[in-house]
Order: sequence, then C-alpha cells, then structure tokens
Amino acid sequence: MIGKIAWKNTWFKPLNTLLSIILLTASVSIISVLILLQKQFEEKFSSSMDNIDLVLGAKGSPLQLILSSVYQIDAPPGNIPYPQAETWMQNPMVESAVPLAYGDNYMGYKIVGTNDNYLKHFNLHLAEGIPFSKDFEVVVGAGIAKNIGLKIGDTFFGTHGDAEEGEVHDHHAYKVVGILEPSGKVADQLILSNISSVWNMHDHEHEDHSEEAHDHSDHQHAEGEEHHHEEINPHEGKEITAVLLKLRNNMAKMTWPRIIPQNTEMQAASPALEVNRLFAMFGVGISALTYLAYGIMFISGISIFVALYNTLKERKYEFALLRITGATKLQLLWLVLLESIFLCTIGFILGIVFGRVGLHFLSVSSQEEFKMAFNPFEFLWKEEGMLFAATLTVGILAAIIPAIKAYSLNISKTLANA
Amino acid sequence: MIKTQNVTFSYSATQKFHFPDIDCANGQTLLITGNSGTGKTTLLHLLGGLLQPESGEILINNQNIQALSTSKQDAFRGQSVGMILQKSFFIEPLSVLDNVVLASWIAKKSKVQEKALNILDNLGLKDHVHKLPSQLSIGQQQRVNIARALINNPSVILADEPTSSLDDENALIVARLLSDLAKEYQSSLIIVTHDQRLKTLFNHQITLV
Repeated sequence: MIGKIAWKNTWFKPLNTLLSIILLTASVSIISVLILLQKQFEEKFSSSMDNIDLVLGAKGSPLQLILSSVYQIDAPPGNIPYPQAETWMQNPMVESAVPLAYGDNYMGYKIVGTNDNYLKHFNLHLAEGIPFSKDFEVVVGAGIAKNIGLKIGDTFFGTHGDAEEGEVHDHHAYKVVGILEPSGKVADQLILSNISSVWNMHDHEHEDHSEEAHDHSDHQHAEGEEHHHEEINPHEGKEITAVLLKLRNNMAKMTWPRIIPQNTEMQAASPALEVNRLFAMFGVGISALTYLAYGIMFISGISIFVALYNTLKERKYEFALLRITGATKLQLLWLVLLESIFLCTIGFILGIVFGRVGLHFLSVSSQEEFKMAFNPFEFLWKEEGMLFAATLTVGILAAIIPAIKAYSLNISKTLANA
Repeated sequence: MIKTQNVTFSYSATQKFHFPDIDCANGQTLLITGNSGTGKTTLLHLLGGLLQPESGEILINNQNIQALSTSKQDAFRGQSVGMILQKSFFIEPLSVLDNVVLASWIAKKSKVQEKALNILDNLGLKDHVHKLPSQLSIGQQQRVNIARALINNPSVILADEPTSSLDDENALIVARLLSDLAKEYQSSLIIVTHDQRLKTLFNHQITLV
C-alpha cells in the first residue's frame, strides 16, 4: 500500500517525474553503452589475439600491422616475400605459424589466403561443408553467410583490393565449400582460401613481380642458380602479407621484435603490446564520456532532490494524515525513499533499453564500416549491477533529506497550523 | 470509551493548560466547546496521542495511552481512534475509495474494500468513490473524512471543528450523522468546536476556559 501511494505520487506530478527520469535515462544509457562497448571491444580484440605471440609483416607502423593482420581493420603496411617469411616460419622456436595473403574482397569482406593452420590456430569449426583444399575453394565466416546469404556451392567473383568497388576478377570464380560456426572472432567476417588462390588470381601481375622480389631480397643468387632454386622452392618470388606466429620460447618473444627488423626487410610486432597501446588511447575518451554520464546522473539526483523537497510543504498534511490513521514514522521515511527508488528504477530500466537500442544502431554502422558487430543483448550482470547500485545510491542520497523531514514531522503542530 | 484524569499540558512556562476530566461512554457524544486559545485542539491532540501530557492519565478502553511506545501509540491510534479534522486532507493521487481503504490497511494490514464501499454508500457518496478527493465539494470531502474515521470501528472518534466550514443546514446534518454513527458503531464521540449551532444538539458538554 505504501508502494501504491509512492507509485501514484510519482505520476501525480508528471513533469517533475519526467525530468528526473529523462536525466537518469540519459546517464544510464550512456554508461551502459560504454560498459558494453568497452567490454565487447576488448573481448573481441583479446579473443582474436589468443595464441598469437608475434606478427611478422612488412616494416611500417606496428599497430597498423597488428590491426590489419589480427583484426582485419586497417590496410596492411605492405607485402613480404614468402621465401623469406618461410625461413622464420620453419624456425624451431615456432610452435605454429599462420601465413596470411590479402588480395581481394567480396562485397567488402576480405578474402584471406592462408592454410589449414588458420582453423586450428583459432580453434574454428565448420558448421557445414569441408575445409578449403583446392584453389578457389573458400570457407566463409558465419557472419558473412548470414549477412549476404552465401551457401555451400555458391560461387562469386572477388573484387581487387579492400574496397567494395573495384576491378572485378572475373576470370576465376570462388566456390563456397564450407561455412564456419560463429566464434565471435574476426573469422566471422572473413572469407578464407588457400594462399595459391590469391596468387593465381593475381598471376598476371606476378610475372613482373619476381624480378622485383629479387632486388630487395637477401637471397644473393646468381642468375644461373636461380632456376635451380625455383624448382626447390616453388614459392620464390611470391609474396604474402603477414604471418601470425605462436612461439615456444619466451626468449624469442622478447628478442625477435628486435632481431627481425635488424636482419631483414620485415618487422615482428607483438599484438599484446600494440593492443594495450590502443586501449590506452581509447581509454581517455571512454573515461571522459563516463565522467560526463556520471555528471548527468548527479544532476538527475539534484533534480529528484529538488522535486521531493519542493513538494514536502504541500505534502506535510498528507504525512500528518497518514500518521493519524496509524502510520509509523518509519513508514513515512520509506514512502519518500520509495518514490525516489521508483524513479531511479524506471530511469535505469529505460536507460538500459535505450542504451541497447543505441548500441544496436552503433553496431549496424560499425558492421558496415569496420566489419565489427556488437551484441546489444549481452548483459553484464556485474558491471550493470554496479550501475544499478550507483543509480539507487543517487536516488537514496537525493531522497534522504526529504525522507528525514517526513520522518521527523511534528503532526500536532502541522495540524494545528493547518 | 475514553476517560481522562488531571491532564495538564504546557507549550511553555507561561502557557499551562489544566483540562477538566473527561468521561465518555461507548455510543455517547461529548461536546467540548471553548473560545480560541483555550486549548481545544491541544486537548484533542492529547486524546489522540499526537501530544504527550505533562501529567495525568488518558485511558482509552482502559488502556493508558502514555504507557505505550511511540510506534505502539501509532498502531493503537490507527486501530482505536478515528480522527476527523477541521480541514479535509487526503492522499491526493488516490481515489476516494482508496483513501478510505488505506486507513484500514495502515491500521490492520487488511484492505476492506466492501466495508469501505458500504460506509461511503451510507454517507451518500456512492457515485463518487472512484473520483479523486479534489473533485468533490467541501461537504462531500468532509463525509469522506467521516468514512475514513469509521472504517476501523474505532472506540473513540475525535472530531475537530467538523462543522465549522459548513452552512447551517449541513452543519446540523453532519453533527447528527456523527452522533448517529457513534451510536451505531458504539464509539465514544468527542466533538471539539466553537460552533454555537451544535450546543443545542448535545446535552453532554464541557466548556474550556
């Protein structure tokens, strides 16, 4: 019954109530979106980083190399000669190595040339079909299969580069042979093939590439020897984009990022290091927004306080009345607190709902731009529970002075002066 | 049944009230009159337990109400005392019916919808039970107050100037209604008033000076 009075009172002055609720909703939705974004972002980044100690790639920005190879976000810094990369891949300190060769995309989704190690390395399983084995056979990520409706047996032509509009390679069609189970990793948004598909697709370009490769490779072969070499290594002159490495040895993890650029035209970057750098950069923005949102919550607390305090004068007769019909002082205290708690709960629920709607739209646009989707239906019980606790605390603090005033009301005096 | 003995009260050292003893049996009506400043409302608040007397005893159904703790007094007041105030106060957002039912819930933790409807019907408010109190006339509001005071079958009904805001005709109607209801519910009715019109109605009177 006290609850009913509190509830009815909440809506008896709808404008005051609305103002408080809007402010609460705004702050809660901003904070919940930030919490979800940060969590899912870090989760996506960390889960894709699993098992990758170092990334081997062309010299340039290490962050760019990591973003392009591990997260498929940025353009790669350049290509590296395959034979040279192979020497490092076959190093005994390497536990597993996944080569990546970029070339084409299909409707904006990257087609990545790699080998079976990719599936093993990221612990990916096929939902249907078989892994790619022959040239131009591809396995597509769950997200792509869902978004553009690719099925086993479908064929498509890739577009050169990483832009959706570009030169279409219409002399070879890719054929879908497998679809991956959803993993929450970047593979959801990738089309995987073997490396030679990527090479063969661009074969006509490679005729002049082989010369070029020799110029800057550290293979100091005489012209005569070269023919012989190509028979042993059929990959001579071929290029790939990057290699994901898992190492057996911690020492190598420390020393390779120094040794490799000193001795080759390549660099080795640590995803953990680069991603931490990235989070540190994001962190400033996220904290600023979080402070802003808590500021709004503080203002909504003041708004609740003012609303409750202002109505105290007219409501003291209501309180006196409750007391003469037998209500205790504590029930009055509870009544005022409850009104504030109702406001905060409504504000919190609306905030969570609007936050999710916001995140959904954010996810749609980030899906288009970065091929990165966020899940608006994830609930972080701990973080959002803390947010609820914070909201309630604001509500209770805002109501405590009005509640104590109601508690300590002198009924006789109030009625005598009526 | 309500009885007092040697009740005194003072707001300050210079303003001391010594009230005459009161004895009002069940079903009886006692009219307490007096000019402003003679402590009518103070006495009523003392009887209702809203103020604590300086000395003396107040017995309601042989229960000395000062002997009770504050929260027990609240509960006792809710169950045994019905108060009708000079001005009508309501929980504004609740309907007339809910305002009456609320009093039973607070006192007895039970919602007596049927009984509340009955009382309101007896008081001629049948068509208004779902309205907000602010939509009623002053006379109607006063009757809702009466219904609320009666809902818990109180042993004592304390009425503070129940007729002062009403015209002659309505004043007499309300006064008679109260005294009839007191008889019907076997409650002791105490009316505190300076309303001269009521003096002719009741024999049992005390005048404060």
